[in-house]
This record gives sequence, C-alpha cells and structure tokens, in this order.
Amino acid sequence: MSAVRYRGRRAVLVAGARTPFMRSGTAFMDWRSYDLARGAVAGLLTRTRLDPASVDRMILGTVISEPRTSNLAREVGLACGLPQACPAFTVSAACTSSNVAIMSAIEAITSGSADIVIAGGAETLSDVPIRYSRPVRKRLIAAQKARDPADLLRLAAGLKARDLIPDAPAIAEFSTGLTMGDNAERLAKALGITREAQDRLAVASHVNAARAAERGDLARMIVPVPVAPSFEPVAADNGIRGDTSLEKLAKLSPVFDRKFGSVTAGNSSFLTDGASAVLITSEEAAQSLGLQPLAAFRSSAFVGLDPVEELLLGPALAVPAALRAAELALSDVDVFEIHEAFASPVLAIQKLMQDAAFCRDRLGADGALGEVPDERLNAWGGSLSIGHPFGATGARLVMMAAQRLAAGGGRHAVVSACAAGALGHALVLDAIA
Amino acid sequence: MSNLTEQPPAIRLEKRPDGVGILWFDTPESPVNILSSRFFGDFAAALDGFEADPSLRAGVLASAKPDSFIAGADLKQFVGLDAAQGTALVTEGHRLLDRVAASRKPIVAAIHGVALGGGLEVALACHYRVASEDPKTQLALPEVQLGVLPGAGGTQRLPALIGLAAALPAILTGSRFKARKALKLGLVDHLTSPRGIVDVAARAALQLAEGTLRRKPRKPTPLDRLAATGPGRSFILGQARKDVLRKTRGLYPAPLRILDCIEAGQARGFRAGATAEQQGFGALVGDSKGKALIKLFLAMTDVKKAGEHLPPPRRVSRLGILGAGFMGEGIAAVSMSQNTVVLKDLTPASLGKAAKNLDAGLAKREKSGSLTRLERDRQWSNLVFSTDTQDLAGCELVIEAVFEKLELKRQILADAEAVLHPQAVFASNTSALPIGRIAEGAKHPERVLGMHYFSPVPKMPLLEIIVTDQTADWALSTALAYGVKQGKTCIVVKDGPGFYTTRILAPFVGEAMLLLEEGADIEALDKALKDFGFPVGPIALLDEVGIDVGAHIARDLGAAFAERGWKTSPAAAKLVDAGYCGRKNAKGFYIYPPEKKGKSGKKQVNPEVYGFFGGPARKSFPAAEMVDRLALLMVNEAVRCLEEGILGSARDGDLGAILGLGFPPFTGGPFRYVDLVGAADVVARMERLKTTCGDRFTPCAMLVEMAREGKRFHED
Repeated sequence: MSAVRYRGRRAVLVAGARTPFMRSGTAFMDWRSYDLARGAVAGLLTRTRLDPASVDRMILGTVISEPRTSNLAREVGLACGLPQACPAFTVSAACTSSNVAIMSAIEAITSGSADIVIAGGAETLSDVPIRYSRPVRKRLIAAQKARDPADLLRLAAGLKARDLIPDAPAIAEFSTGLTMGDNAERLAKALGITREAQDRLAVASHVNAARAAERGDLARMIVPVPVAPSFEPVAADNGIRGDTSLEKLAKLSPVFDRKFGSVTAGNSSFLTDGASAVLITSEEAAQSLGLQPLAAFRSSAFVGLDPVEELLLGPALAVPAALRAAELALSDVDVFEIHEAFASPVLAIQKLMQDAAFCRDRLGADGALGEVPDERLNAWGGSLSIGHPFGATGARLVMMAAQRLAAGGGRHAVVSACAAGALGHALVLDAIA
Repeated sequence: MSNLTEQPPAIRLEKRPDGVGILWFDTPESPVNILSSRFFGDFAAALDGFEADPSLRAGVLASAKPDSFIAGADLKQFVGLDAAQGTALVTEGHRLLDRVAASRKPIVAAIHGVALGGGLEVALACHYRVASEDPKTQLALPEVQLGVLPGAGGTQRLPALIGLAAALPAILTGSRFKARKALKLGLVDHLTSPRGIVDVAARAALQLAEGTLRRKPRKPTPLDRLAATGPGRSFILGQARKDVLRKTRGLYPAPLRILDCIEAGQARGFRAGATAEQQGFGALVGDSKGKALIKLFLAMTDVKKAGEHLPPPRRVSRLGILGAGFMGEGIAAVSMSQNTVVLKDLTPASLGKAAKNLDAGLAKREKSGSLTRLERDRQWSNLVFSTDTQDLAGCELVIEAVFEKLELKRQILADAEAVLHPQAVFASNTSALPIGRIAEGAKHPERVLGMHYFSPVPKMPLLEIIVTDQTADWALSTALAYGVKQGKTCIVVKDGPGFYTTRILAPFVGEAMLLLEEGADIEALDKALKDFGFPVGPIALLDEVGIDVGAHIARDLGAAFAERGWKTSPAAAKLVDAGYCGRKNAKGFYIYPPEKKGKSGKKQVNPEVYGFFGGPARKSFPAAEMVDRLALLMVNEAVRCLEEGILGSARDGDLGAILGLGFPPFTGGPFRYVDLVGAADVVARMERLKTTCGDRFTPCAMLVEMAREGKRFHED
C-alpha cells in the first residue's frame, strides 16, 4: 500500500474530453481502442485549442491490449499530431488503468519531469483478441522454421479437433478462477447487502445520469464523434435509462447465483466501448497556456488486497488512506466519485466506513470513519448507468469529480475505483479557490 | 561557357578511391537542379573528366540538392525560342545523353526526390537506376502538360524500358510514378533508402563494371508481345491516337507529335525517333500554343509571389468552415492536412454526410498510396464536426459556404463575430454576392473578404480572393497564404458585381441563352465552344453550375450593367420556375442517364427545354459566329475588369479565366488571346457583331485604345 500527499508544485486538471460511452456491439462496434482513444485525445486538443507541440507526455490506460497497438498511447500520440519527441506509454491495471495513468501524470508534474501531460484510457469490448489454442500456436511458430512441405505435414500430426476451438480472453480472475460477478455476489452476501439496496443504487445511478445529461453536464465532457455508416456525429451515451425503476429492476433474475443471489444485469455495469482523456499540467503551465484549471490534485493512494475475499473492496482501503495523506476527514469530502463496477462494492464502502470494527481492525482508525452520503455520491451518474469501458473509466471519474467541484459542488473530491487483481485506487482533488 | 562567370559548375566530379566517379548535380543559386544549356555544357565537361580518368571504372549521377534529383528544364529559357533554336537546344541534350548511354564505363542514376521531364530523361540514359523508397521520389515526363514533348530522348527510351503499353499513358498524360510503381514498371532497377543511396548506386556501378551485376529487363507482358509485332504496334498506336483526338478534339498538337515520335522510333529505330523528337520539340516550342501553355505555367509560379508586398500572414491553427455542404466539405478536404478544421452546420445529418465523404476521400488516397495510414489518421484527427458556433472561438480564419443569400450570410457573419477574436479573418465563399454588402453592419469590416472557390474544390486549381475598400492588408495576406497552402493558384480581385470570374462568365452564358432564343441548337452550340477549346460547352456548364444559380446571377448582374446594353434572356428564370435546376435535380438542358458502375452514360438534350426557347424547330448558326458571340463578350468583359481595376493585372485575368472557367488554355487566356490575334482584330469583330446583335458588343474603351495604338497586354 502507498499513499502520498503531493508536495512541491501543484498538478492541476485543466480539461477533459471523452467519447460517448456506448454499449458494446452498438455504434463503436467496428472501432479499435486506437480509434476510440484518437477521438478522445483529438477532441481534448481541439476543444482546449492546445498546440499539440506543447504536450510533453502522454499516458493511456487499457486493459485488453490489442497486439498491433500494444503501446496504444504512442500510436495515438503520433496520429493526433503530438510531437514525435513527446514520449508516450501505456499502463494496464485492470479497471484502475486510467487512474494509474493519471497518477503517473501527476507524479511527472510534481517531480518536475513534465509540464503538460495528457492522461486517459480507452477500451473496446466489442472486439477482443481471440487466439488460436496453444497446440495450434505452438505448431504455427514451429512452421516458420519448416523447410519443406514434409516438415509442415509432420507438424500437423497430433493435432486434435478440439485444438481448433479458439481461445477467448478469460473473464475469471487468473489467481482465483472466480469471475468478477461471483465476487460481487460473495461481497453482497458477506456484508448482508440486499437486492433492494443494490437495485436502489442502480436506479439512482440512471436517474442521476439522465438528469445530468438533460442539464448538459455530461455533454460538456463529450466529444461528438462521426461513426460509419452514417457518420452522423454520435454525441451522447447510450446506456442511460432515465425511466428505469425499482419495479423494472426487480423483474431481472440473478446471474451468478441463480437461486439465492442478488447480483443481476441491472445492478452490474454493462460491457461498454469508449475512451477518455484529461489534460494535467503544472499550475504555471496552465497559466501560461491561458487555461483555467478545474481542480488540483492533493493526494493519492494505491492499495492491494486479498483477491479472494476482498476483490472489490479496494476503495474501502484506498479512500481512507488517501484522505489520511491529505489530512482530511471523510466528512470534509463534498464530492464522491466511486466506480460502480457493481452496486455491491459501492454499498460496501458506504457500509464499512460506518463499521467501527472494520475501521479499527483493517484501517487502524479509532472508530467508524463516518458516512458517504448518498447525495454526494456519483451525483451525475456512475458506471452502472453511463457504462464502464475498463481503461477509460478512471479518467471519466476524475473528469466528473473536477467538473462537479468546478460547478460549485464543494471544496474536496474523492475519486476511487476497485479493480481485478484486488487493487484499489483513490485520488483526492481540491477545488480551485 | 561556364568560365565566363564566377559561378561554380552545375556538375562536379568526385573521384572516389574505389574507382567510382560521382557526378554531383548542383545547379548554382537554385534550390533544385534545373536543366539548361549551361547545365549541358558543365555536364559535358564533367563527362570528359570522367571518361579521361583511367582510375575511374564506373560512374554515378546524383543530386547534391536535398530531396530533389532534377526538377526539369529551365522553362524561362523555352519562352524565347523559335523552332530552329528549340531543335538546336534539344539536339545538344541528345548528344550529351547519347554519350552517357554509350559510355563504356557503366553509369548509374541515384534518384532521390523528383526526377521530372529532362531530369527523368537523364536517368533514362543511364545503364542502371537506383531510386529511394520515399514519398518525395516521383518520376514523370510532364512535358505534354506544357504543350511540348520530352526532348531529351524520353519518347524513345521510355517505351524501350517499360514497354509501349505503359509508356504511352505516361508520356501522353505526364502522370507521376512513385518509387514502388516505378520498380514494378521496370523504370528503375532497385529501391533503397534515401540516406546512403549514393553508396548503393556506387556499389551497383562497380558490380556492373565487374560484370557481377546485370540489369534484368522487365518480363514482357502479353501487351508487350502484341506491341512487338508490326500490326500490334499499329493497333496500339492507332488506339492511342484516337483516344488523344477524342480527348483533345485535335486542339493540342503536343500529344499527336509525341505519338509521331514514338511511331518513328518503333518503326524505323532510335535514330529516326530521336530526329523526329528534336524536330517535334522545336515545332512545338516555337508554336503559339506551346508558348501559351509554358507561359501559363510560369504565371502560376509567378502569382505565388503575390503576397510579397503585404504584411506577414497570420498563422492559422484553427480554420472554421460554416456550412458542410458540397463546397464546405471540399474546402475542408483541402485544409485538413494543415490544421484543426471546425466544420459547422445546423444538423448532425449534414455533418454526417460531409464526414462520410471526407472519410471516403481519405480512404481512396490511402489506397492509392498517396497517403500513409498515419497521415490519413492525422488528417482525420484535425477535423471537428460541430453544430455549436462556440467551437469557432479561436479560429484565425473562418470561411462561410452557406446558401447564397445575402441576409443569411450577414447573419452568419454576425454570429461568428460574437465568438471570433477581432483579428480573425472572415471570408465569404460566394460566387457573386458583393462582399461589401455582406460586410455592411460587421463589427470589423476590415477583416471581411471573399474567398471564391470553384467546384469541386479539391480538383479546381483556382481561388479568387475578393477585397473591398475596407479589407485590411493583414487579412488579405492571411487569406492569400492560406489559399496557397491549400494548393490553390490565387488571384486577388476587387469587389464588384460578380467580381471577375462570375462577371465574365455571365455574359458568356447569357449570350448562349440568347442564341437559343434565336433558334440555335443546344448540342451544336456546346460543340462549337468545345471545338474552340472550352472543356465544357456553355449549356452543359449551366446545368453543372445550376440553372437557378445562373438565373440569379444573370438577374443581379443584368441589373448592375443594364445601362450599357446587357441583354438577359428571361428563359432561364422561367426554366427555374418550372423546376429546372440543372444536373443537381436531374432536370436541366440535358437528360443524364443514371450512373452505371460509377460511369455516367452519354447525356442527351432534353427536347422539352426548347419549349422555353420558341419551340423545337432549330436553325443552324455558323460555329465561328456562335464562338465569337460568346467568347468575345467574355474577352471584352475581362478587359473591362482590368480597365475598372477589378483585376490587378492581365496575368491574373488570364489565370482566372483558364483555371476557373476553362477558357482555352492554349490561347493563354483572354488577354493573351487579344495579344495573339491583335486588339484591332477583336475590335473589328465586335463592331460587326454590334451592328447585327446590339450594343452589348460595344468594345470597351481600353480595347479600342489598344487597337488604335497597336498595344499588347503582355510584353513577352
């Protein structure tokens, strides 16, 4: 576990842009993460009128790496007109990938190694690399050394019919063999989180997102992108259901424990395609660019937990750690942006922060840390409604927290997410006074 | 010859210890290598040194200029040549390149950058060609575009190298080949990287000298085998000749001469072909058509300097385009390689249509190899499709291309001014609305000007920039520099009804309407003007431009110039009222058969149209009379524009008429046409027409004065 209060020169968030988040298999079906990320980064550049030549680093996060663009950030940088001299790298930390990209950007700025950094991420779940099975791959690699057709024939020997079945990326945790949904179910059961509470959070997420969309708060972050075949610019997320209700959600059956479970498609985030990018600079650079910062970064925490029992509990550890480093109490926080992979982990942190035993035993606090009030939590919607393109969610959360602060939402914001591998990440942001 | 001046020679010989002599091309005081008689002299001297030195076993021809092999011949030298001098000039070149070809020591060309015209012919005379695999490396024989022919053996050596079937289109159209294509054709023998190309060429030269490397001739294709037979050759050349005659209507002598030279060489051998080439070059360069085309090219180069006396242009990092219709989309297409382009329209549907076409255009260019995938993606990243005027904030230049309605354009200007920086330039892409009227009520009229593009924008080379009395120099400078960046030839004209191009087009098309009223046949009229050299007849042109647009312009300009006898047929307005808009709504003077496999069928006259022009019975008019009535009105109006100061120079008037309206290029433009036939002749013809057709044929004062004093518009 590591948590730090940023000292030295301040890193500020200047602007953000994202593509609309689209349910997988819809508008962005034929786009690569490269295309999505180009949309967000080019949009960020054109929207801020930033001279691409001034950018001195780009860091993008992605989870399912497309082999042809394994350093996604570099390819996107070249395609968006960033200077060739601008280094770019790609990070992968499951659903916290772009949170980590942003953390790296902040560190580059506070340490003085960069002034103007673009951080973000992209994900397509409409297309994933599907491989040949290991026996076939083994032979294909050996075939490169074959000298004559006889060699090739010899290689084919021993190949079984089932070897021809392609190998899709696993959805289960590598370490435990459990899927994310299994873990969400385990968490709900362990903490006694009811089906109704989960559905209620899901409804709130959709209603909040729909209201934010209506007010134009979401559009401010979205870059419309033209998509084939019509090329009409897609300008809005398509997962938000403002008309959903507890009754509608109650009709859905549990997916992971069909008999006694509580995690349904309605209280889980759906597969999404999208990309997001934020511009992070030193305070001085923002001033010289003539751009008004939205928020400043105060502290961060990055934690690892038990992959079996605590897979989705990252925020419950990361948020207190980041707040402690920031020298703030939970009650000082006006804006919470907590990733809604499922409803259960969000309800879990709300519950655990008020659980004196957990706070004492697991966090070393004197007692319960307090409340994460509903009205401060994900007030413009969350991953359950807006969607969750893995690598792009962290930057979406940070952008939203900063926008909420800038819109007069208060003085301090916390952004946190859980991730596969039992990781947790949290950032504390200050409003610009 | 070169000793007369202090200048260093255009070619120097470097003797390498490995026995390779590098002949470095390095034309003094020029950024690129240019062939001239001085160059030939230096080349001969360098060859003497190379041949005489026994330590040199092989040679390499290379350029000391960055990213350019040889850009071609010195065209300024061509302008002053008569036929005999032209023949003498290229005969000298022939002698020199024959020496290269006959050299006992192998000579290899190291081609990086453009090898155009004579530049490619130098390479063709070598024994082996190495080219760099680089987008800057392009090979072509573009002489035909200048009304002449490749005069340094190109018509002989190219077919010999790549076969008749591939050589014919290359020489007859002047198309450019990139390195890969050149290798495939057998035009070059080896590809390498640009850095180190001279070493690779030197190695090849040594191996050729040692006999360890032989040039591998291209594998003959079935067409080559056909061309190798007498009847096959005649058939291919006959087809080519038919094709040329169909495309040029026999008006351009150069492609026919080229075919003569190729035929002579194929039938009677290299010597005969070379002689035909020397004679042919002289004939073409000494002819008025060839001269006119060369001067046109020089004028296009010259006009690029138009901004020199102006304050430095503002850098454009963000261009706004208002209106994503066909024009707006076209303007975006020629701008998106430069900077951010905000394309703004009212609805996502119209943006989508433009985006789709822009994407298709990029895809096509990527497929053809003229754009890399990365460059395609970069250009796409520059595009912003928006329905929000706020996105224009930060634009240094905004071009509106909305519907041609004064009120709308004023409104658009006011909306844009609300978000634009005071020093952003606002340009109106209009073909006729006076810029001064659009700028009335502007907060900053000094930054308002006209940028009149021609449709389709990516293909049409002209941009007419219109300034009002109020337009600031810095605004003009910015628009001019940006037009050049878009690859346009820009002329600057003063504001007035129809500016320049539309103003001279209006009486031309108007006269066509009057002729139809008098009973002329549509096809005969179009044919007469095409035979004169216009690429499209006036009636077909009106269909393309839009009858509604034409009627609108005719009404406005007719009103503006009524007092001097402009006559406008009411038929166009009636046609519009009856729903005839031209090609765009498939209801025009012609019937356009639907496209089949991307090809449009032959169009036919729509007989119903004659109902608007006095019925189906048609009369026959002499072609010369029809041509004179249309073309002389255009010429006279052009001279008036110069007289009134709408035009800054005759050069601009020639460029505008040729590049914007298709005035026969080989005449050199309306002003050069007057110079060619004589102002007195033009005046006399107009006076005759005045007595038969009316006052609109009154020759303008400037023309009359020039006729009286025997003056010319152009000195050269």
